[in-house]
Amino acid sequence: MSSEPDTTETLDVKGQSCPMPVVKTKQAIDDLDAGDVLEVVATDSGSMSDIQGWAEGTAGVELLKQVEGDDVYTHYVEKTE
Amino acid sequence: MSTDSPTSSTDEFDAAELQALRERVDELESSVAETDDDGKKMTIIATKGTLDMAYPPLILASTAAAFDWEVVVFHTFWGLDILHEENAKNLKLSAVGNPNMPMPNALAALPGMDAMATKMMEKKIDDNDTATIEELIDLSIDQGVELQACQMTIDLMDYDEDEFYDGVVTGVGAATALQHMAESDVQLLI
Repeated sequence: MSSEPDTTETLDVKGQSCPMPVVKTKQAIDDLDAGDVLEVVATDSGSMSDIQGWAEGTAGVELLKQVEGDDVYTHYVEKTE
Repeated sequence: MSTDSPTSSTDEFDAAELQALRERVDELESSVAETDDDGKKMTIIATKGTLDMAYPPLILASTAAAFDWEVVVFHTFWGLDILHEENAKNLKLSAVGNPNMPMPNALAALPGMDAMATKMMEKKIDDNDTATIEELIDLSIDQGVELQACQMTIDLMDYDEDEFYDGVVTGVGAATALQHMAESDVQLLI
């Protein structure tokens, strides 16, 4: 088993669909401090591509890891600044 | 001001030059800010007020705001209903003219069919936990999206300005929309 990044907080967006996983992730990140890592747990399969695209296009965040489980998609996003 | 040393005259010259340079830097910085990649801007013109067509502008607007883009959505004609506090709760889906509807147009045109198609869509939205139009409006306003309501169509449709959601900007027209579009990286007509 590969280890998951240490997380500061977990955001549960299971059952929610586009655009909620991205929008809620952004709102949760805004409430964190630089260096904090947010774990986002989603069931929206589109969140794999969407969170990646959002993290690439947004300053001050870095996508550390994405884990595709059985119907659950977990994303680890670090607030870098 | 002293003139007894060569340095002071140099200082005087520098001060004027410095001032000119400062002004030039300010000017350049403001022009860079407009084209800065980190500060993208999007303007959407929302013209449709059916339940299905209310979603794309709001989903794109709230998502763009999550990218820290500056977002303006200019609502005109039927798009105004999306911002109208009462009408936004009752947006309808048309059963006619949509070949994907599981019924022929001749049947879809019968009374009550639009209401039925709307009920079906609302149930799907509910079952799928898709955000409602109201939730997306709240979310967009919370995130700083500027929702504008075209003044000409407000008057045309006989709406009152206080019938719109709090935070909706009224008193704007085509020139304002064009100005935002010209400054934007992304412009969409929906």
